[in-house]
Amino acid sequence: MGLELYRIDDRLIHGQVVVGWGQPLDVQFIVLVDDEVASSDWEQELYRMGVPPEMDVHFDSVDDAVMHLAKYQDDSRAGILLTGDIDTMVRLVTASGRVPTVNLGGIHHRPGRTQRLRYLFLSRDEEEQLKALATAGAEVTAQDVPAARALTLNEVLSGEGNR
Amino acid sequence: MSNIRALVAGHGDFAAGIVSAVDQITGRGEVFQAMTNRGMSAADVAAALGQALDATGATVVFTDLPAGSCTMAARRLQRERPGLAVVVGVNLAAMLDFVFAEGDDVAAALHAAARGREALTVIGGPARGS
Repeated sequence: MGLELYRIDDRLIHGQVVVGWGQPLDVQFIVLVDDEVASSDWEQELYRMGVPPEMDVHFDSVDDAVMHLAKYQDDSRAGILLTGDIDTMVRLVTASGRVPTVNLGGIHHRPGRTQRLRYLFLSRDEEEQLKALATAGAEVTAQDVPAARALTLNEVLSGEGNR
Repeated sequence: MSNIRALVAGHGDFAAGIVSAVDQITGRGEVFQAMTNRGMSAADVAAALGQALDATGATVVFTDLPAGSCTMAARRLQRERPGLAVVVGVNLAAMLDFVFAEGDDVAAALHAAARGREALTVIGGPARGS
């Protein structure tokens, strides 16, 4: 148990996370790691209203998440950790040294990004960041929903994921 | 002048599908503008919803799921549009009620939500309890 999924998704808490992953994994808590959300009561209330009342949501800055990560990983319940962008996940992985996997769940179009999958657009810099995460020991895969096959980073970057 | 009184936003083809159902039953599907969040970031969804509200003058948004990105986006827009009503978890019964309501659209949305709740029932199945 503990954290079952470490996901990068620019929508943060939304249907795929709460229902798509939440139901099959029986997720009981979500850790939303985002410095801006962690400092905004309004943002937190917005995200909290999107989850069922029995599901706990922790709003952590990156620094707080690094401090609390071991506790989340040792939780007897299943949980999901979310970041809204690659930068935040890189900071968490680097500072904690204890993020075993990274799930690419939704990074959408923006100028300067190239489409790699239906739900995944990456800039050159972001691709290098993901390679660095893999080199640092995190298993990086792309998978929007549990029913889809998890694609390796090599498959994503080589274009094999679209075949 | 636009006949659109409300936006319907959701996952996949939810909005287009439920609007087509309203049209099949009533011939008044033009009351709604359908929108999907497919392939969009949270910021994209909010921008598209905001543009649609500006273009249509609608004051009601129907969405499919509490945690959905369309619901989140609509809630964000309420910050700058305090008169905007967001009906979450819409079903066909609620939309049909809204279509036939006259007068204030926000009041119609409240009535439609109540009708939608009433419509969600379980009929039959094995006996439970005792």
